[in-house]
Amino acid sequence: MSDRKSGGRFVRKVADKVRRTPEAPEDDLWESVQLARHAERPYTLDYINRLCSEFEEMHGDRLYGDDAALVAGFGRFHDRPVAFIGQQKGRDTNERTYRNFGMAGPEGYRKAMRVMEIANRLGIPVVTLIDTPGAFPGASAEERGQGGAISRSIQMMWRLDVPTVAVVIGEGSSGGALGLGVADRVLMLENSTYSVISPEGASAILWRDASKARQAAQAFKPTAANCYRWGVVDAVVPEPEGGAHTDHEQAAEILDQYLYRALTELSSIPAADRRRARRERFRKLGPLRDPEGGMGMAAGRETPPPG
Amino acid sequence: MSVDRLRQLAHRDARPRKIKADAGTCPKCDSHYSADEMQRNLRVCPACGHHFPVTARERMEQLGEPGGYVELWPELRAADPLQFTDLKPYAERIADAEKSTGMGEAIVCAELEVRHQPAVAAVMDFTFMGCSMGAVVGEKFARACDYAAQKGLPLIVVAASGGARMQEGTLALMQMAKTVIALDALAEARVPVVVVLAHPTTGGVWASFASLGDVTYAEPGALIAFSGPRVIEETTREVLPEDFGRAEAQLRNGQVDDVVDRRELAERIGKVLHILRRPEMEGNGSTASPALQWAQGGAQKVKSMVGRIRPGSTDGEDA
Repeated sequence: MSDRKSGGRFVRKVADKVRRTPEAPEDDLWESVQLARHAERPYTLDYINRLCSEFEEMHGDRLYGDDAALVAGFGRFHDRPVAFIGQQKGRDTNERTYRNFGMAGPEGYRKAMRVMEIANRLGIPVVTLIDTPGAFPGASAEERGQGGAISRSIQMMWRLDVPTVAVVIGEGSSGGALGLGVADRVLMLENSTYSVISPEGASAILWRDASKARQAAQAFKPTAANCYRWGVVDAVVPEPEGGAHTDHEQAAEILDQYLYRALTELSSIPAADRRRARRERFRKLGPLRDPEGGMGMAAGRETPPPG
Repeated sequence: MSVDRLRQLAHRDARPRKIKADAGTCPKCDSHYSADEMQRNLRVCPACGHHFPVTARERMEQLGEPGGYVELWPELRAADPLQFTDLKPYAERIADAEKSTGMGEAIVCAELEVRHQPAVAAVMDFTFMGCSMGAVVGEKFARACDYAAQKGLPLIVVAASGGARMQEGTLALMQMAKTVIALDALAEARVPVVVVLAHPTTGGVWASFASLGDVTYAEPGALIAFSGPRVIEETTREVLPEDFGRAEAQLRNGQVDDVVDRRELAERIGKVLHILRRPEMEGNGSTASPALQWAQGGAQKVKSMVGRIRPGSTDGEDA
């Protein structure tokens, strides 16, 4: 697209900067966490509305209700249909409550699955945008099968025949994030975080002290650069100087190019090969201690960084 | 890895193990038991039915036939990819757990027979770091799926876990994806998965393979939840009912097929595996669907039953 050419030059410039980030000191991990949650950071719909010329949001899981914490629908992206699914945070108090702070319940994941199923049937690629402190911890969510909704969403994403891209755009915490995270390509915005649990949750559980979140962030190292090194994500998407919150337009433009490239690449691969690669991608994650070697030792791109 | 190599590894650890049973007091009804009584009663209080935790190896003995089980991949050990330290370095926690439990990791995989039904079992052990799921649990589970699929055997999963192993960070989260994907090898091989939910099955384990069983049983009183009651109460200030997330409540919620007493568990698993067993599972390991088998086998039978069944009917209503 000709009007995006200037963005291409910019991407290369920022990409150079990002490639240097892994070597940067890691004493500012708490700052990364804060940046990933910045109140002015673009949220899922901010991206969707900029990425798509048209977007039609779908509502409801056809079983129980509609979950405003997760948006799903179909849009025109580079004049082709693409399904977009992502957790949605709110910007002011009312909207935050309405969006349940981006913490989806089982209805959210079931709505996501419903849209994925349609996309798969119609041969439409699926893009997910991850931005959540975790799935909603509530009694009603448990009663309606929060665990099974997340596991089935993971299962459905793995089973899709169409090309899939997942992007961590802000905060990616816990199974609630992974519920939308099983894709052919997993991208992560430069200042986003991706972790097994929020630093606050870890602080309460591992340190038995709610005030140790900063320390927890330090221990988890949940930055994009580290996730790239571990092989958890395939590329780090650069953000505008100062962070995505300073310029939503440009942040969306950069993401647009990464998505376009990923979907173009993936579309040329036969579905069976894509699925095999998707399986292998996740199968190899998680290093083992193994004195004998050669036992399906899983490794990231390099030896993970020392603390 | 070849099946032969797997077998080789399996047999290397085929030595029988002695189970240590501890004397104890029931927290529910205060009855006292000797170690022998506890073990004989499968660690269920004979007075009130309270289910005590069971280690993975004892569970294998409970489920399997006399003669035991063949453990698979006992040599896998956790790495420390983050050089993680909370109140204590992760490497130290692992070393302590290995020492105190005598186990290499929080899951034991084995080939066994449950009431004459051959199967592969993946059993979690809560005594090993709360049976949290890190790379080793994920890898052993995935290998168990592949192994069962290759051999055409059903998979029995006994889950009990606090969730993902936080000390392995984002890579622990990825084990949820790895295990869910691995389960599909069984779907392709057309063999069933029976999941038993023991106390407690929570977090990332409940939100991955533990909630994807074809048949799902829960032990009485087992807590089954994505978020535990403490987290929910702290986050939402809800006041939770006493049986929140317990097996009995989850049965009412439609999340499990049945609540099964441990003393009947092997029988129930054996029964359901027998019902689901395909004719060809006895022999050539073909993966033709039971429906197709039914149609082919049924055609012969229908012919011989002509006169008893209306012409054209393949229902085989007396089969």
